[in-house]
Amino acid sequence: MELLLYLSSGLFLGWSLGANNAANVFGPAVGTRMIRFRNAALISSIFVVIGATVSGAGAAHTLGSLGAVNALAGSFTVALSAALTVLWMTRHNLPVSTSQAIVGAIIGWNIYSNSITNTQSLSKIVSTWVVCPILSAAFAMILYVLMREFVLRMKLHLLHLDNLTRIGLILVGAFGSYSLGANNIANVMGVFVTANPFSDKVIAGISVTGAQQLFFLGALAIGVGVFTYSERVMKTVGGGLLKLTPLAAFVVVLAQSLVLFLFASERLETFLASHGLPTIPLVPVSSSQAVVGAVLGIGLLKRGAGIRYKVMGEISLGWISSPILAGVISFLLLFFVDNVFQKQVSRQEYFRCGPDVIQELKARGIEDEGLLELESRTFKNPVRMRETVKSLTSLGDAQLHEVIQLSRLGDYQIKASGVRKLYDDGWLSDQQRDALLRLKDNKYKYGWILLRDLAAESAAWRLRADTVENKLWNKSLQEKYRMLLLTFDTSANRSP
Amino acid sequence: MLFTGPTRTIISEIDEFLNKVSEAGLIFLPAIEDYLKRDFQAFDVRLHQIQMLEAEADTKSHAVENQMYARSLIPENRGDVLGLLESTDNVIDTIKATLMLFSQEHPDIPEAMHNGFLELAEACSLGADALVSAERSFFRDVRAVQDLAHKVFFYEREADRISDSLKRLIFQSDLELAKKIHLRHFATNVEEVSDAAENAAQRLSIYAIKRMV
Repeated sequence: MELLLYLSSGLFLGWSLGANNAANVFGPAVGTRMIRFRNAALISSIFVVIGATVSGAGAAHTLGSLGAVNALAGSFTVALSAALTVLWMTRHNLPVSTSQAIVGAIIGWNIYSNSITNTQSLSKIVSTWVVCPILSAAFAMILYVLMREFVLRMKLHLLHLDNLTRIGLILVGAFGSYSLGANNIANVMGVFVTANPFSDKVIAGISVTGAQQLFFLGALAIGVGVFTYSERVMKTVGGGLLKLTPLAAFVVVLAQSLVLFLFASERLETFLASHGLPTIPLVPVSSSQAVVGAVLGIGLLKRGAGIRYKVMGEISLGWISSPILAGVISFLLLFFVDNVFQKQVSRQEYFRCGPDVIQELKARGIEDEGLLELESRTFKNPVRMRETVKSLTSLGDAQLHEVIQLSRLGDYQIKASGVRKLYDDGWLSDQQRDALLRLKDNKYKYGWILLRDLAAESAAWRLRADTVENKLWNKSLQEKYRMLLLTFDTSANRSP
Repeated sequence: MLFTGPTRTIISEIDEFLNKVSEAGLIFLPAIEDYLKRDFQAFDVRLHQIQMLEAEADTKSHAVENQMYARSLIPENRGDVLGLLESTDNVIDTIKATLMLFSQEHPDIPEAMHNGFLELAEACSLGADALVSAERSFFRDVRAVQDLAHKVFFYEREADRISDSLKRLIFQSDLELAKKIHLRHFATNVEEVSDAAENAAQRLSIYAIKRMV
């Protein structure tokens, strides 16, 4: 029952995601009246569900950003805060990035639970506000000029052009919705994967994993969000900022998809690198920022005529305020849930830089006399530990981060039932499963020792050299590491 | 699959509508010729043809209008296209109304003025034809619209000039005042065909600029 309550905030977040982010893919089409809202909502919902269920359940990004929150009540509150923020922005018809609202809410949790906030995630958000719209505007301008010239040269009948534009808008919109489902379902439901109430089932001869059922439920919530509440944001994107022509609407969605595909696709990067081609630098992008940038690009091409600067100002303010608002709401709600409902919103963690850790650090080239003074001390708070290590040693920020990560204590034990569940959910390859089973019943105080032993058992558990070709493999493996440590940590509330 | 059936049907209906207007424009000149030659039987046949064309053009333009709204086609240009069809329909209406007046009032046109009426009818007929070409371009090759619309404006100015000299000729003649006024009324009516074409071409130029932006 409690789990269902927790699940509700994930569903609420899914609903707000659908209500807001579907506008990025179908807003221009609906705003220019090329596709009726009902049809757009139907296509969008179907492809969101397919994307989330088929592609979203892959191991590479299943946990999502919320995986960082280590207690279910905490995840519930963080998801609720992000959802409330997105709902607030949607009520004001403003397109915002749901993942940025989530990151903001997680920072609120970090501050509340004394966890360390990765400064990278903050700079990533800020750079998305600037880089992504500029890239997308440039793409839209180039595409629009090319497309207009093409259309004029082809001498297509106005009605044939209308038909083709409509088909283009539907195809790009469907693809965009598929990606929306695949990339965002992790943020909506990923955190519940480890506490999944659904078991594997065989439906009409097709076996459906528990994770897929969970993601299907989340995707339905997104679909309901699209149907019930996305129309107003769609109209802002499709006509509020600038009155678009159907061709411009198509260019906007195409520019947006291209920017996301070229500058955010690790698969493309791996493909290019493995074929000896130069890679495109990856930059943080978000569909909400990309779509607004593309609309502005079209406006600039017409020398700024018709751009409604007031709406643009409101949208920009919405971008800046959404992570901040989510952080503040999250902090306040966490305080409330923690103190009024007496629910544990973060798990107590312990850190100790024992001899094993010092030896491992040495092997990694991190050595400092000051570390020896920490050997017998256990910390309850990573922020305080970092301050202490900083005062005792001359280590840099990256090295400090590594010390903290390695010092995190746990109570890990590999159990056959857990291995079987992970294998059934598609997390493990045969070699990875066999290696895990060989370490069955071993106990570990530090997660990294478990991972080191696994790497020694099988190459399937080994990180590869840090090259572009290996980036995807390493990323997926690290995600599996996170999942393993979550699955085999036997203590809910550890003490050293 | 790409160019679905209903779209094809509407395209062919628009083409047929323009064909009707073009045909009416082409028939207008020989109809006036027949009248001036006092071959009233041939004139009546032409008038009947125009009446049929006008009725068919009306049916086509209503069908296009209904289909476009029912299927939400070209939302951005729908108003423009329907406005254009309406103003083009006005050309064929004016042709029919003018010929009807000839049929009803039987004006007695002195031979000295035949040439003037023929030249005026020719300018109007050419204007209507240029308008149809410009409209076809609007749908397929929007960049050519301005050139073709320019021709319509040219023929309208020509019609103005011819009509002016014709009216002067009428009032300089020894005819009775009532007859003079009657003939001027006919010169004005024939000239209205080119005015209707010009009106449609003006709309067309603006819509074409809108599509180019």
